[in-house]
Amino acid sequence: MLRFAVRRLLLALAVAFTVSAIAFMLLRLSGDLATTLAGQEARAEDVERIRQQFGLDRPLILQYGDWLWRALRGDFGRSLFYPESVGALIRDRLPNTALLASLGLVIALGLSIPLGMAAALWRNSWLDRLALMLAVLGQAMPNFWFALLLVFLFGMTLGWLPISGTESFANFIMPAMALGWYATPVLMRLTRAGMVDVLAADYVRTAHAKGLPLRVVLVKHALRNAVVPVVALAAVQFGNMLSGSVVIETVFALQGIGYLAWESISRRDFPVVQGILLVVALFYVVLTLLTDLLNAWLDPRIRSR
Amino acid sequence: MPGSTPVSAPGEELAAQAALPAPARRRRRPRWLRNIGLIGSALVLAAIVLAALAAPWLAPHDPYFQSLNDRLLPPYFVDAERAVPAHPLGTDNLGRDYLSRLLYGARISLLIGFFAMVVSGLIGTLMGVLAGYFGGRTDTAVSFLVTTRLSLPIIMVALAVVSVFGGSLEVVVLVLGFLLWDRFAVVMRSATHQVRGREYILAAQAIGCSVPRILWQEVLPNVLSSLVVIASYEMAQAILLEAALSFLGLGVQPPLPSWGLMVSEAKEVMLFEPWMIMLPGAAICVLVLAINLLGDGIRDLTVPEGRA
Repeated sequence: MLRFAVRRLLLALAVAFTVSAIAFMLLRLSGDLATTLAGQEARAEDVERIRQQFGLDRPLILQYGDWLWRALRGDFGRSLFYPESVGALIRDRLPNTALLASLGLVIALGLSIPLGMAAALWRNSWLDRLALMLAVLGQAMPNFWFALLLVFLFGMTLGWLPISGTESFANFIMPAMALGWYATPVLMRLTRAGMVDVLAADYVRTAHAKGLPLRVVLVKHALRNAVVPVVALAAVQFGNMLSGSVVIETVFALQGIGYLAWESISRRDFPVVQGILLVVALFYVVLTLLTDLLNAWLDPRIRSR
Repeated sequence: MPGSTPVSAPGEELAAQAALPAPARRRRRPRWLRNIGLIGSALVLAAIVLAALAAPWLAPHDPYFQSLNDRLLPPYFVDAERAVPAHPLGTDNLGRDYLSRLLYGARISLLIGFFAMVVSGLIGTLMGVLAGYFGGRTDTAVSFLVTTRLSLPIIMVALAVVSVFGGSLEVVVLVLGFLLWDRFAVVMRSATHQVRGREYILAAQAIGCSVPRILWQEVLPNVLSSLVVIASYEMAQAILLEAALSFLGLGVQPPLPSWGLMVSEAKEVMLFEPWMIMLPGAAICVLVLAINLLGDGIRDLTVPEGRA
């Protein structure tokens, strides 16, 4: 287990390092940052002054090293648009996105585990087919369109929920529904497949045969084993939600890091974009690392791979 | 067997699995009906492709022609009295014919979806086949690249790249192509790994075939069915992503009639004219659904045991 953990940790570190280099290069190689900073009407000497002031005249590798060293200590530089530092901006907005993604995950699991279980119990029934149809349809809908349909139904027609903003808990409900809906199909299919496998297993047959109540067999023997891969995937889905929040937060003007990312990209506020990209990617790396370690701890067969 | 509880199905399930090799219901259905999803989705997809190809002849108007006198005309199914025969699906807030824009929009979705799938398919298949065939270091390197790609938030990276290079069709295709290859690599790797030890590969190695020849002549034909299935999913994924990028204003640029862009333009008037977001959104939905179901159908046809 220790050998596996060390190897997996090294992989995560290598990935994190590469991701940071990509985040840096992506927006640095794309054009002359000094010209962007100075604005279109700037004189040549102003551009040159800004280039020196921001250290943009130094070799790229030094700039990267400098940026990474500061980023490791939580200093992502200054926003070109906001007075705050990038780190302060992200710290400010991250809780909103975390709440949104957590709510989304709760909704996704709350839908997918019961539906997936029911679909596996009554295989090939109308319920199974309905759940499958919903999953297929759910994966085909563009997420921004689904969000707008929610806005139209709950926000405009029924007037139950606010359609934009971050002020109250009610503002998070529709965005969380939109995010959760998107994660539901894949989690539901996995629950169903896991339950189908587990229900055919000998220990479930034994539990049945010794006369345990059905509820106990289903929850204690079947679900507990079927749900392990679902939890693993849910962690990955949580990471995906952080990046999916760009679209959803923009639709609902919810002040999280996704909306901040979209605003900053549109304004070419590159330090903010780099910071968010790095934070989200690192979050995903840590999440998948923990998931893999958990899986390996639960299932020794994985360790030998 | 808990006969008293309403939930008796799992017991039946166990019994059925022991007694019957296949559910009786499936046997009763005629053979051609079993593939109804495959046939139906193929027909829908063919219709959309034909409509996209024939857009110049099918479209009643120029999709870019603005007519401020004819702004926001409703379609027939919304308000038959105000609708005009010249614009059966109404007009947008610049007076452009909605049916024509929807037809031309199919071209954008299909073009971007197809070519992004081709680009990502080439990258991912090459990586996956090499990793699966050689294993060892190659495999480690490829899995490192896949893990790195997965940890990059796809929408954010795509938005940033498009904002830097501009939202032309080529840029969107390349960005999506370079971001969507991960599943190709993962699936091709395991498919290749499965056939690597088969006799025909060993035979080809024994008579001294070159590695590229083995990969091209022996491996690729035998992993083709999984490749086709992944290709359909990734094409659908690329279409959804293009729509999302265009919706956010950093994909295909106006005045091109991308369906995602049309939803975005209709957003401002959605309270009064909800049909304007319904139509392009439903168009994306139908196209993606058809492609996904086609992929499912092909999978069921080629690997019947792959069904969960």
